[in-house]
Amino acid sequence: MDLAGLLAFNVLTGIATLVLITLGLGVIYGMMRIINLAHGEFMMLGAYTAVMASGAGVNIWIAMLVLPPLVVGVIGLVLERTVIRFLYGRMMDTMLATWGVSLGLIGLVTTLYGNVVRGVSTPVGSFDIGRYGASLYSLVIMATALGALAAMFGLLRFTKFGLILRATMQNPRMAAALGVQPNRIYMATFALGAALAGLAGGILAPISGVSPAMGAAYVARAFITVLGGGPAIITGTGLASGLFGTINELVSFKTTPVIGDVALLAAAILLIRLLPQGITGRYLRRSL
Amino acid sequence: MTRGAMNRREALKLGMAAAAGTVSAPFVSRAGLAAEPIKLGSLLDGSGALGLEGKRMIETTEYAVELLNKAGGLLGRPIQLIAYDTQSTMQLYTQYAQQLALKDKVDVIQGGITSASREAIRPIFGRSKTLYFYNTQYEGGVCDRNVFCTGSTPAQTVNHIVDYGLKNWGKKAYIVAADYNYGHITASWMTKFMKDGGGSVAGTDFFPLDVTNFSSAISRIQQAQPTLVLSALVGANHSGFYRQWDAAGMKAKIPLASSVFGLGDELTTMDPSTTDGIVTCYGWYNDLDTPASKAFVSGMQAKFGADVTDLSELDTATYEGIMFWAEAVKKAGSVERDKVIAALEGGISIESPTGTVTMDGATHHTIRNTYLARPKNRKWEILATFPNSFPADTGGACDLLKNPRMNKQFTPDLKG
Repeated sequence: MDLAGLLAFNVLTGIATLVLITLGLGVIYGMMRIINLAHGEFMMLGAYTAVMASGAGVNIWIAMLVLPPLVVGVIGLVLERTVIRFLYGRMMDTMLATWGVSLGLIGLVTTLYGNVVRGVSTPVGSFDIGRYGASLYSLVIMATALGALAAMFGLLRFTKFGLILRATMQNPRMAAALGVQPNRIYMATFALGAALAGLAGGILAPISGVSPAMGAAYVARAFITVLGGGPAIITGTGLASGLFGTINELVSFKTTPVIGDVALLAAAILLIRLLPQGITGRYLRRSL
Repeated sequence: MTRGAMNRREALKLGMAAAAGTVSAPFVSRAGLAAEPIKLGSLLDGSGALGLEGKRMIETTEYAVELLNKAGGLLGRPIQLIAYDTQSTMQLYTQYAQQLALKDKVDVIQGGITSASREAIRPIFGRSKTLYFYNTQYEGGVCDRNVFCTGSTPAQTVNHIVDYGLKNWGKKAYIVAADYNYGHITASWMTKFMKDGGGSVAGTDFFPLDVTNFSSAISRIQQAQPTLVLSALVGANHSGFYRQWDAAGMKAKIPLASSVFGLGDELTTMDPSTTDGIVTCYGWYNDLDTPASKAFVSGMQAKFGADVTDLSELDTATYEGIMFWAEAVKKAGSVERDKVIAALEGGISIESPTGTVTMDGATHHTIRNTYLARPKNRKWEILATFPNSFPADTGGACDLLKNPRMNKQFTPDLKG
């Protein structure tokens, strides 16, 4: 029984982690059809922001939850203005450009901070599920993931900005005819996606080794989840994370993390074969 | 341009080039003879996933070569360091290894960090007959006349960790290790030593180097309820295991020992609450309180800055590799491979930061001191010293003096 509790807890943590690392990518890909290959590096920048800020004496919660999205959001904004905006509608070119950005960011951070592993300690302790120990920090991850999903939902569903955003994504020309500047909206969306990636990096910093190349370890899973989720960003990310996170954690526990990853990939291939447009390409199509 | 027969202009160009080459050739070789440097090739990862460890090893290589050159070089010739950054990429290892052996024609090669990289380049140097020193603590057992290994091996280190665990923590172990040859062979040694000591292994998990999430592994360990955990996890991503282990509150419940922890800069970058108490055993620690050890640290700090506080056995082994080779060259009076090997097999001892180290001619490994230590508030607390440990990993099967043609890697026999 204790073990089942611990497993359920781990599955939830796995899902929450997937949600966090996927959401930023999902926003950029889902709304703008840009495959952002620098997503992992945005996370890395978020993690570095958290480590640097907490090293400089900033309160750990602010360093983890507030500063990374702000800093990485601004970096995303600058990149959008200087690189991405010239490439809208050219998927291959944006892939190449963002890949270049990703390599550049890794190089830049390596040059600035050195190729070393950094980290901050987790701000909260642990608790027991029966005779098993579990990390309280996992609860923080879950809460952040839930909060991020809820905030995104609220933003898209209930605000005027969200309405304009959705309209622009659906039909940019019509939106422009009605007085919206699609360029502004794209810029804001890209910055928002970058900020979410930064948040993921900040929140994962205490439980992973923070190094310039850390993004690579996450980015593949994020892409698979985005594709599995389909066009509805929030529902899709949530459902695909739920599915893949559960499979990955349970199989990893029963066998090894390698087989766990294989199972995740196998599930993704099966899903894409059955639902080429992702889960929300067929079900819940009208959701956000 | 049309292809096919060479036109007159091209033929003329070619002829000119050939003539220029012939005329200048004698000058080139004559200029070289004056004080032709001895070439020392180095292959280490200065960047990428292993850059953490590699950077200090590269600095140590520069330091050791500088020491030798300051002392007048070898045989009256200066030593020229030809170093390539292999960027934690296997492909670059083989590429640069061939370049060093065939194009640069170096006299000796020092380098390789992971066992995977060693196995990638070892055959290349075997074919080109270029002497090779592998200077990393590793899983042991390499038996190859062309290769000398200066790092400590499981029979010198892992057995002490396991002994300590069996005596102080209990008899049931869980092993977590990196998923490549180092992790697998080290895990076999851990299993063997546990069983030899009357203990048991509740489970063994292997993790590829890009695994970052260890929650399922930590659950599995908790379910198995071992009395100790033995880790052979490697690299930046795997450092997450220690953080997540600490975050899950497991540190207070199940003690950890590791065969690789602390070789990088874990002590300076991780929180003491995460690192304190993890038992390790290496051939050298930077907090070792002997004059030779302190001289090495202060020498490195003088050259590379006061922040060189994360030196490890990887660095002293690199130092030893270069110094062993230098001693052998002096003794042989030549840089020729066979003469240097004969000198090394004759039993050379050097003074290194860890104390006196002797090359065992039969196994091409070192007889050396090893130490058991654990981190305490970012310093190493030495728990025990094991003087003159013998590299017994090959179980007496490797005798390169008797069988110089032997070329294999011995791994522990778990059936016996």
